[in-house]
Amino acid sequence: MPRPENNPGAMAIDHDVELARAGANVTGWASGLLFQVRRHPLGAFGAVIVVVFVLAAAFAPWIAPLDPLATNPRASLAPPGSEYFLGADFMGRDMYSRIIYGARISLAVGLASTFLGCLFGIALGLMSGFLLGWVDLAIQRIIDIMQALPLLVMALVMAASLGPSLENTIIAISIPVIPHVARVIRSNTLALREMPFVEAARAQGMSEVRIAVRHVMPNTIAPVIVLATAQLGSAILTEASLSFLGLGVPEPHPSWGRMLSESAAEYVRTAPWLVIFPGLAISLAVFGTNLLGDALRDILDPRERS
Amino acid sequence: MVSYIIRRFLLMALTLFGMSVLIFVLLRLVPGNIVDLLFDSAGFVNPADKALLEEELGLDRPIIVQYFDWITGLMQGDLGYSYVSEQPVWTEIAPRIPITAKLAVLALVFSIIFGVPLGVISAVRQNTMTDYILRVVSLSGLSLPSFWLGLIILMLFVQWFGYMPIYDRAPESFWIELGMYMIPAAAVGFRSSALVMRLTRSSMLEVMRQDYIRTARSKGASERSVNYHHALRNALLPVVTIIGIEAAFLIGGLIVTETVFNIPGVARFLVEAIRWRDYPIVQNLVMLIAVVVVFTNFIVDLLYAALDPRIKYSE
Repeated sequence: MPRPENNPGAMAIDHDVELARAGANVTGWASGLLFQVRRHPLGAFGAVIVVVFVLAAAFAPWIAPLDPLATNPRASLAPPGSEYFLGADFMGRDMYSRIIYGARISLAVGLASTFLGCLFGIALGLMSGFLLGWVDLAIQRIIDIMQALPLLVMALVMAASLGPSLENTIIAISIPVIPHVARVIRSNTLALREMPFVEAARAQGMSEVRIAVRHVMPNTIAPVIVLATAQLGSAILTEASLSFLGLGVPEPHPSWGRMLSESAAEYVRTAPWLVIFPGLAISLAVFGTNLLGDALRDILDPRERS
Repeated sequence: MVSYIIRRFLLMALTLFGMSVLIFVLLRLVPGNIVDLLFDSAGFVNPADKALLEEELGLDRPIIVQYFDWITGLMQGDLGYSYVSEQPVWTEIAPRIPITAKLAVLALVFSIIFGVPLGVISAVRQNTMTDYILRVVSLSGLSLPSFWLGLIILMLFVQWFGYMPIYDRAPESFWIELGMYMIPAAAVGFRSSALVMRLTRSSMLEVMRQDYIRTARSKGASERSVNYHHALRNALLPVVTIIGIEAAFLIGGLIVTETVFNIPGVARFLVEAIRWRDYPIVQNLVMLIAVVVVFTNFIVDLLYAALDPRIKYSE
């Protein structure tokens, strides 16, 4: 290979570097991961944040120094210090422990509602795009209705009508996810059903349902992963907003949004730590999933690449 | 075009009808109505009194009858009476609409004057330090809960100026009102500006790869002229859509922001009405929001066709 210095007219292309940049040295999952991390440093940062939150949620009883529900009247509104790392709330409960345990609530509600929303969204989108005809028409009208309200209003009405509980909050937040997922899956299915492999399956005498589930659905996994990651952040935010308004996760669960509603406007003056830390936890968790979601979109959806 | 508009109108009517059924049924799924709430708080319950009040409010009749009462009233412009204040629903809602509308417009203005220019800068300087910083800032805009942002702003005001910029009295003049709404509007608009910025950026990047941009460059047009006259004009089309849709969706952000800043708009009123199971207020407010969303979508679609001659709605 002629070196650039020996050949002044040529462009300085280092083939090894270019090949590495294009991913030619990716041989296994470890080098593949390293390759993507180098390529999407912000996404990797997001993944680290998400992993930290998942670990905090999983090992909450070992990480949290105190019982998140234990009250202590003498420690009411204690400022951050050696005893209460991030201060204590009005009832003297340790904020740090509550935020660690809050990761459980946030992640549980976020993951469960995203999962539920994706499940129903995929089913509706697949049926709509594959069966077409009156099924498609009916499902499209239902989706129109579900999208006629802003996300938070929809979740608010659902939460109010189901009553306050952890499970109902999950259901309420999953409802606005459904139309988003269904629309994306439908448009993907419309393109996929014209593909030769669907025709081949049909020629083999496969039933329509089997074709839809075995051949079309697996090909919609990439957009679903991208969409689910984006929805996860918004689900965490919606839970926080609902709980902040007092219509989400009820006491005694330590929800980040709920902590802010307890401590809202009046504590802005008297106990700012009660306002700062739960909000910081929400923002960081959502920021992490958003960073990760952006990187996943770049990796999995080549059309979106810039 | 005419038949397209007619078809859209019919679909909108269908959507709104579906929404009216959905909201009506959902509200009545709730265990406990306002009568239960009132009697629970009173402690002593005389079942006869309770039945009397339910009869007075019409809550004892079949749900279908209640629904038709509401819809026929709605058609005639009669929204019913609030359970809580016993005032006509319209006199309760009407004075609150302009407040929320003003907040939404201010937030929208905020999102456009920050979102579009920053999106352009980010795209023109793609993959530079400026671009990275702007992208992280916009992503944080999508990650901060707007109520928390509002609380943090309140906190900074207390620290620096010793007072809270919340709504504590009716504003005397237009300028005082504007000043009062500026901060909550910014708290809500930050999120929208982040959305607008991201979309402007990706739309600009898409357009900047087109052949006519290369043509403009090869003709010797200045970088500035290429970016602003050729690229931005075409890149703004999808941005118009998102701005239109955001306009309607801002109400979601306003629900929490009006609560934080104590602003007596419709968004906060909805939450209060939900807490009190004040069905007439909730169902009419939700319908109002749905009408605004559906019509905004319709107008954005028409605007899109008007701005982009390539788009024609089929007959």
